Amino acid sequence: MYASLWSVLPGPAWVRVLILVVLVAVVLAVCVFVVFPWLNTFINVTDVTVE
Amino acid sequence: MKWRPASPSGRARISIIGVIGELLITAGVFVFLFLGWQLWLNDLVVGSEQRDEAIAFSRELGSAEPPATPIDPDTDFGEPVVSPVSAETVAFANIYIPRFGDDYVRTIAEGVDASNVLRTGVGHYPGTQMPGEVGNFAVAAHRTTYGAPFNRIAELSVGDRIYVQTVDGWYTYVFRSLEYVLPTAVEVLEPVPHAPGVAASERIITLTSCNPMLSAAERIIAYGVFEDWQPASTGPPEELANLNLGGT
Repeated sequence: MYASLWSVLPGPAWVRVLILVVLVAVVLAVCVFVVFPWLNTFINVTDVTVE
Repeated sequence: MKWRPASPSGRARISIIGVIGELLITAGVFVFLFLGWQLWLNDLVVGSEQRDEAIAFSRELGSAEPPATPIDPDTDFGEPVVSPVSAETVAFANIYIPRFGDDYVRTIAEGVDASNVLRTGVGHYPGTQMPGEVGNFAVAAHRTTYGAPFNRIAELSVGDRIYVQTVDGWYTYVFRSLEYVLPTAVEVLEPVPHAPGVAASERIITLTSCNPMLSAAERIIAYGVFEDWQPASTGPPEELANLNLGGT
């Protein structure tokens, strides 16, 4: 899967690495700013009140 | 490592097992990233937002500057003024606990709803007493996640000061003891904890959070007793004036 991603990327190796770094950064940003906060709303393992 | 250029023979090497394996590895990395974000990065970010919020709120409550003429520490300001109960979800006080760090301050809002108040800082149990009032001023906050205001609650030691600032003044409580109870132990919120129906004569503060960390199995309870009160016009108590709370 990742091997075929590498093979479809254009340019010499350093360009591909650069593209991949940018891709990873974008994926991380989407995770941190969108996916993780959304996931977090489903997780409430830390009730802190007595009731 | 030498990679072959795209070619039909290159693509033929992709196996279903290989793709499943890579997907599983990706999922594992994703889970670890999420945990790192939830338990560390997000707490840092949210915690610092909550602190900034509280520092801004402390300016609304009153000046953080000491008065021009120093207050004699032995001055008796009489009975503490008790603020009226605030509306649900509205912040009415700040809490300062130097044991949690010399820049530690969080807002206290009315209510303990996990979906709003407890995401912004500390929440006050409705129906329990207000700061300085005879009885039990009971509050709750997260120990992990959502900024984790009470992350270090188990580090409190006898004699640690817990300061509460309202628009009326500064209330000093002294930490006395920790207790571990089941989540159903509402009697810790009584005016005299564990003694329902008994009329209170002392002013105490009760902090509740989850125990053990990351679990909801038990609750950790911290009790403090009222020590002192001073009106807002006198500025913050001496210990707070020396803390790193953003000036002004």
